[in-house]
Amino acid sequence: MNNKIKKLIPQILTILFVVLIFGFFTMNAQVNMDNRGIDFGFGFLKQEASFDMQFTLLDYDGQDSYAWAYVVALLNTLLVSFLGIIFCTILGVIIGVARLSQNFLIRNSAAWYVEFFRNIPLLLQIFFWYYAALRALPLPETAEPWFGVTYMTIKGYYIPSMIWENLNVFLSCLIAAIVSIIFIRIYARKLQEREGKQLPVFYISIGLLIILPLLSFLIGGVKLDFELPVLKQLAKTSFIFEGGIALPPELIALVVALSLYTSTFVAECVRAGIQGISKGQKEAAASVGLNPNQILKLVIMPQALRIIIPPTTNQYLNLTKNSSLAAAIAYPDLVLVFAGTALMQTGKAIEIVGITMLTYLTISLSIAALMNWYNKRIEIKEK
Amino acid sequence: MNISLSKIKTNNPITNIYIGSFLFSLAIFDVFVYSFFNLNITSFLPGNLNLFFPIIIGFIGLSFIRMEYSGIKLIDNINKHINPSNFNALLTLLIIFTVLKAIPPALSWMVLDANISGDTKAACTGTGACWTYIKVWFKRFMYGMYPNELHWRINSAFILVIALGFVGYFFKENLKKYLALYYVVIYPIIAFLIIYYLISGGAFGLVWVETGAWGGLSLTFIVSFFCLIFCFPLGMILALGRRSNLPAVKYVSICYIEFWRGVPLITVLFMSSVMFPMFLPEDFFMDKLVRVIIAITLFEAAYCAEVIRGGLQALPRGQYDAAKSLGMGYWKMHIFVILPQALKLVIPGIANTFLALVKDTPLIFVVGLAEIAGMLALAKTNPKWLGFAMEGYIFAAIIFWIICYAMSKYSYNLEQKYKTER
Repeated sequence: MNNKIKKLIPQILTILFVVLIFGFFTMNAQVNMDNRGIDFGFGFLKQEASFDMQFTLLDYDGQDSYAWAYVVALLNTLLVSFLGIIFCTILGVIIGVARLSQNFLIRNSAAWYVEFFRNIPLLLQIFFWYYAALRALPLPETAEPWFGVTYMTIKGYYIPSMIWENLNVFLSCLIAAIVSIIFIRIYARKLQEREGKQLPVFYISIGLLIILPLLSFLIGGVKLDFELPVLKQLAKTSFIFEGGIALPPELIALVVALSLYTSTFVAECVRAGIQGISKGQKEAAASVGLNPNQILKLVIMPQALRIIIPPTTNQYLNLTKNSSLAAAIAYPDLVLVFAGTALMQTGKAIEIVGITMLTYLTISLSIAALMNWYNKRIEIKEK
Repeated sequence: MNISLSKIKTNNPITNIYIGSFLFSLAIFDVFVYSFFNLNITSFLPGNLNLFFPIIIGFIGLSFIRMEYSGIKLIDNINKHINPSNFNALLTLLIIFTVLKAIPPALSWMVLDANISGDTKAACTGTGACWTYIKVWFKRFMYGMYPNELHWRINSAFILVIALGFVGYFFKENLKKYLALYYVVIYPIIAFLIIYYLISGGAFGLVWVETGAWGGLSLTFIVSFFCLIFCFPLGMILALGRRSNLPAVKYVSICYIEFWRGVPLITVLFMSSVMFPMFLPEDFFMDKLVRVIIAITLFEAAYCAEVIRGGLQALPRGQYDAAKSLGMGYWKMHIFVILPQALKLVIPGIANTFLALVKDTPLIFVVGLAEIAGMLALAKTNPKWLGFAMEGYIFAAIIFWIICYAMSKYSYNLEQKYKTER
């Protein structure tokens, strides 16, 4: 009995503390909102947003609702995160492997790359790329083409856009290829477990991925055209590129800074993962008679990935959260559009900041849950 | 990369070394002369060959040098460290050439063609950097809009706070047991009083300077310092809470930690500047800087808690059992047995958290506090000094890089030190 009370008192106190704080805040918020004549509610989401966004993936104009502005802005955030994750992974893996190179120069250049980009605040890096580096680019009329058809100018990066005919046929072919690859993998694993035979799954997968979409071009009536960006004169001294896709400098600065910054952390994860495998593993695998490819594929990589993936996912999450720095250079992401412009216009501080935080929280927690599940699946099962 | 040049090689290793080192030096000399003196000694070759000449020559040279054992120390070192295979030789050449090509323009921009004399934009005539701009704005970048004649107050406050931080080293043996008490409770309070009275003034005959005038690098230090000393105790409580047996305490801590770790700092800052005032009583005014410090403290406390939890988990169970078997209660056990050991383990982790905190502080710029990034934005748009964004950001980057690099090296050293002690 005595023990029970001893355990109960701190718990009750904690809950009381939390309830009191929340109660205090809610009460104040109520009073403040009453005084300023603001009412609490999410009705504003259906109202007309009446502001414009520079860069959108979906169709959007000022007449759309705040809810649609939210979706468009969220997509912009996800686009930056997606591009950043791809580039930081590529860079990070290269740098991480280079840090373990036997070549003195490569090893040290990689180490300096990591030390350099890791120790400068991300915001300053974004500012540097946006305000200093990208401002030094040529004007549209003097821009030299890159790879013949793309133009890097002070107003953004212009790339050809793709015009598809029968896109759905192409996509369904692609999906069919992926599904069949999954089935072949399952079959190959069963075959190996039953009869010990190994199928060249990798080459079959590559072949399927190329052949099926190619067939859709030949038989399915899919056509692909490119619309090239063309220089157009607006006024005497004002030129602009028309056609194609224009990637705004904000997006480029953000993706460059985010991927350079995060790639240093990914590189450290990769290095730690590879270093975490003891030499004995490699030697043991070789002594069983596996060839170097099999050693890498069947022994080293599965173990290294177990160490690499969890912290790397954490870095991806950080990158997604850091993409909110977009607000500082006016890239229309979730924070700028929703917690900035929409908040100014409606004055619904609590609702809007709440929705924004909840969005990031949902992304973080779902990835964390996925990671926990993955960790449980791959963890070494000891008796 | 499967080019075999063994067929061109002669059988005599000495001849190979002579030919190889001659070709390799020729390649480096060619690039060096071209990038430093703009002298193209191979201009007689046709276009593309001229461009790739050093790479080809250097590559052939390195493959001539490559051998198991030559007896010459330099050659053996080159083979071992930068020339173990064809692929490595190519990368080595590319890195050497890139560095050689990059040095002259960087040097001329930063030093040779740069200007530092004078006090106006007109002094910058060269094609290089305009360090005059940094010189003129230096005090603003360091102290923000703080009145010029009062800068000694910021300096002396920092010196005092740092000096007090080292007092712990001079504690006598019999005072050592109060060390933790000093650093966790007394030091933060004294530091707060010093910074409050010296920097903002308003008492002891010092002029009041409102926080709106604070800024620059000193604000970075003030914010990160306060956030660190406040988030540490809070993080400790949360870490203990998360490992508690009491479900209510445990889940409240988990919710708190996961919430703050799940949201970006920028939204937290937005919350502190637009949403938080709504939650306070009507006539209650809280300074923007204080709100921001509270927000960052709450945010970092969650990260701090996770670091400390790592230390708590790393302690063997036997420590808990031993303490309990001596009849110690929860608090006695934690204060005298568990926390001293766990905190020692997490010092490197805390140092890393602090590093992240310093790198995050420029973000307070988005809620309108003129930290160094904010001062740069201000200076950049000043009509008298347009067009020097590059110099400004490079200057700030160098400052932050030095601070963060020193800190990361220090935390690495700490890590090594405590690793060996256990």
